[in-house]
Amino acid sequence: MTPDRARELLGTVAGVTLSGAGTPVVAQVEPAQWLDAARFAKDTLGCAFFSFLTAIDWKEQGLEIVAWVDNLDARVSVELRTKLGPGVTSCASLTPVYRGANWMEREGFDMFGVRFEGHPDLRRILLADDWEGHPLLKSYAVDTPHPPYR
Amino acid sequence: MPDVRALDYAGSERLTMNMGPQHPSAHGVFRAILTLEGETVVGVDAVIGYLHRCHEKLAETLAYVQYPTIASKTDYVAAMSSELAYVMAAERIGSFEVPKRAQYLRVLMGELQRIASHCLWLGTWCMDMGGALGGGATIFLYCIRERELVLDLFESLVGARLLYGFHQVGGVRYDLPEGWTAECRKTVALIEQRLGEYEGMLEDNPFFMMRTKGVGVISTALAQDVGISGPLLRGSGVEWDLRRSQPYSSYEDFAFTVPVETGGDCYARYKVRMVEFRQSIRIIRQILDGLPAGPISSRPGVKSLAQVKVPKGEAYARVEGPRGEVGCFLVSDGSNKPYRMKWRGASFSNLAVLPHILPGCSVADVVAIMGSVDPVFGEVDR
Repeated sequence: MTPDRARELLGTVAGVTLSGAGTPVVAQVEPAQWLDAARFAKDTLGCAFFSFLTAIDWKEQGLEIVAWVDNLDARVSVELRTKLGPGVTSCASLTPVYRGANWMEREGFDMFGVRFEGHPDLRRILLADDWEGHPLLKSYAVDTPHPPYR
Repeated sequence: MPDVRALDYAGSERLTMNMGPQHPSAHGVFRAILTLEGETVVGVDAVIGYLHRCHEKLAETLAYVQYPTIASKTDYVAAMSSELAYVMAAERIGSFEVPKRAQYLRVLMGELQRIASHCLWLGTWCMDMGGALGGGATIFLYCIRERELVLDLFESLVGARLLYGFHQVGGVRYDLPEGWTAECRKTVALIEQRLGEYEGMLEDNPFFMMRTKGVGVISTALAQDVGISGPLLRGSGVEWDLRRSQPYSSYEDFAFTVPVETGGDCYARYKVRMVEFRQSIRIIRQILDGLPAGPISSRPGVKSLAQVKVPKGEAYARVEGPRGEVGCFLVSDGSNKPYRMKWRGASFSNLAVLPHILPGCSVADVVAIMGSVDPVFGEVDR
């Protein structure tokens, strides 16, 4: 497996748009194909190593989810991205494919309020259970008061 | 290890036990809610977040010249590697050059940091396993003694012993003071000699072998699936070291071996780290022998907050810290602050493997396994 071969194979998957060259292989995925693309990366591209999953808040354009996986033998990195769209907070969970997505998605829920559908245990991970709001959203001011301190 | 889900526990009494957040073996503030059947763990709920300081939100409010000193507070016992991940991400987006001398100094500090961090790991881990090693705190005190020597080196370089602020975008902030090199050579020679003494103390001790061999086995597939990295991944038979597989900061210039063990247990992780000690010393000697002359930064010293502007773009930079892959995913909108910054803490993913391997272990093994994972909670909770 080489980055070029990975790019070629990913190009055959429905709902995947590729950009850039070299490594990492950056694949923009339709939200509906999110889980399938991850499964393809693991099974066909050999990307068994789950590095991280996170989100970016693009304000009025909505949230984007980013996941990074590696094929450690061939040293190929794949960056999967999906734009959820304005106002959408629901996304398919990658936990059926990667067990490492469990905690990462809990953090995504905690910080961005993304509801990962199919996650076995979606609750806050870093903040307290009774925290209000999702701090890494751009609409959440840094100095949001939380009386009394908690 | 029996598959606990297959066992029939009907009629027996289950006990829920909180291990932490103030447990001495919690290495900070980790709370494991264990469900026990006698001495056997049958369920784990890992609770983290006690040390959360919203690093990622904070980074959005701080300029590129300000954050590196804060970055050292994520993994505070390996501050050099987290600072490096942050500045490397900014340098990658902006295509900033880093002079050769600065690259070598970064590697030098990274390897000294690995030695200091591994000293702390070995000491605390052996203290966790306590009395079985003949006196509990013995190894701990020996290791801390050696770690102090490395911290002395850092102190004479930057003036701080724990959180350095050594890196800046484009290079490093301090050059080696006079006499530092000789002192460094003396320190690593001493540590190299003492490593053999530790190994003798531990490996000739049947209790140590009983408590680590075959305990807490992580399979290769589970290791990759969860995304554990560093000595844990290499202890599970995967040859993956970012210094070798995706060289950064001129690591390709140095000769070193990447230790791999196939056992996947606590003992394998111990073996990997003991080899890493020596390989770090090997790299340090190569740098001290061949440190190129020249500037230590491609950019002037920091005078204003707006001094570093990074063009619009994104990058993920990762370094091989003492605990594994420390990554910084940076999104820049072209201003002097990041639009979004994500820390990929090695300890976060390493710790996430615990719920998969603890069921079936005894309570005493939980302590040994926790210590072998070597989590630092500043990096887990960020």
